[in-house]
Amino acid sequence: MTIYLPIAELPVAIFSILAMGLAVGFISGMFGVGGGFLMTPLLIFTGVPPAVAVASVSPYMAASSLSGALSYWRKGMVDTTLAGVLLSGGLVGTLSGVLLFLWLRSIGQVDLAIRLSYMLLLGAIGSLMLVESVRAILRERSGAQRPVRRPGTRPLFMRLPFKMRFRRSRIYISALPVIVIGYVIGLLGAVLGVGGGFILVPALIYLLRVPTQTSVGTSLVLTLVTMAAATVLHAVANGTVDAVLALVMMIGGTVGAQFGARTGQTLKAENLRLLLGLLVLSVAVRVGAELVTAPADTFAVTVVETIR
Amino acid sequence: MSPVRHRAGAGPAWLARFAFLALALIAGVITSPARADRLVLSVSQQMVSISSSFSGAELVVFGVAETTDGAPLEDAPDVVVTVRGPAEDFTTWRKAQVLGLWVNTDSRTFIGVPAFLTVLSNRPTDEMASLTILRREQIGLSRNIFVQRVGSDFADVVPTDPFRAAFLRLQSAQGLYEENPKGVTFLAPRVFRAEVRIPGAAPIGQYQIEVKLLRNGLISATEQAHFDVRKIGFEQRVAEFALNDALLYGLAVALGSLVVGFIANILFRKE
Repeated sequence: MTIYLPIAELPVAIFSILAMGLAVGFISGMFGVGGGFLMTPLLIFTGVPPAVAVASVSPYMAASSLSGALSYWRKGMVDTTLAGVLLSGGLVGTLSGVLLFLWLRSIGQVDLAIRLSYMLLLGAIGSLMLVESVRAILRERSGAQRPVRRPGTRPLFMRLPFKMRFRRSRIYISALPVIVIGYVIGLLGAVLGVGGGFILVPALIYLLRVPTQTSVGTSLVLTLVTMAAATVLHAVANGTVDAVLALVMMIGGTVGAQFGARTGQTLKAENLRLLLGLLVLSVAVRVGAELVTAPADTFAVTVVETIR
Repeated sequence: MSPVRHRAGAGPAWLARFAFLALALIAGVITSPARADRLVLSVSQQMVSISSSFSGAELVVFGVAETTDGAPLEDAPDVVVTVRGPAEDFTTWRKAQVLGLWVNTDSRTFIGVPAFLTVLSNRPTDEMASLTILRREQIGLSRNIFVQRVGSDFADVVPTDPFRAAFLRLQSAQGLYEENPKGVTFLAPRVFRAEVRIPGAAPIGQYQIEVKLLRNGLISATEQAHFDVRKIGFEQRVAEFALNDALLYGLAVALGSLVVGFIANILFRKE
């Protein structure tokens, strides 16, 4: 059964889009990531033009992250103060990211630069998470004592001025590193065209020592706000948001996010980190494989977008 | 850079031929009964309307070939039906290995070429007439003109150009370009029909149908018709809303997505 997409101007198989939404929504709810980095390539693979795919994934991510965030909210696993401070840095980061992107495009070969940095960044984060979580699991197995954190052993950046108490995260640290992290996520998100959740979650866990589940819940809230804003921006700037496509994805995605969030909350923190590490690493491998393996067809045709 | 083939054809050779033809035609008009033929066309649908269940359509072009003086067509004529969709610009990219990485290294942009192109005929177009005439009349998929920017010039290139060949191959794989040498069938010696398949991803806009009648390797009649591919009902309203009230549309979609997310959460709240 197919349904015609009014903006993309082509029919798609409705059940395969639903299934894609469900699967990506599950991952989204479990790890607190938007899932755009998985959903966009899947849509392009089914024949949706890239411009429409990127823009229509935003409302989908807003819906599934709200669905997931509410579940974490009820369990008290969302730190709104932390989300607010991150967002203040994130907005400035998004703006500079858009400007950086325009500059990179003007000097050419932006595509290659983005792919390479993407791969290296994700590869590094993924490997670090993997190693750390495997160690934590092994330590647990051997029954060894967890090393006790003492206030004095905190890194310098947490002891900077403008200290704030983030109650839900059980941390009392300077607001400056939080704003910087928000800024970097906003910057990367705008340049790489992703929500940045899969960078934010590890950053919160490892840099700010926020509990794993609270990191996931807070990241979902951030994804929700940025993606709702991105929907409006894409609609105004490019006119490529397909409401029908987004709705079909959403129905699958919100349901998937529910199951994902539930599964995520029942998992042990280190197991969750292990899985997220594997996911991030596999995306890095996929991007890398795309760059080094010979394509099936060395030619490709794209429609030249008419600028409104 | 590939050698450039100009739109008009192969130069003085065809010019001489054309002059000869013109003379022969004038002489013919004066001395013998008219040999010019006429085509009458009818398209099964004036409009292909796209609703939510649209996944492609089929149109039938009916045609009658007749001589203007009513005399029968002595020899079996050839019929070529060419359907061209709205014009768009396309870029063909070529990937190559640079330092072990596959990256887009080269591209050609085709300007104002049909986004949909179908060539239907009663037998392979190569057999119908001389190459000169086929090229001049743009008969056959690969003999249609695909304008590229070549340096500072706009021109078509030779058919063997790798970018041009790849463009035709990829568009055909998408079902947007097609050539069918058995696409025209004769119902009676002078009555023919041709089926035009419109894929689900067909571009929106006006489609031109051009039918050429050939006799003894010469064009004896040409006729044109057209039809529209258009969105109707809900699909049309969504597209117009997105175009005319972009901000409101964006806000509506964003709000809608929040409502969907909220409802889903409520539904699953109680185990």
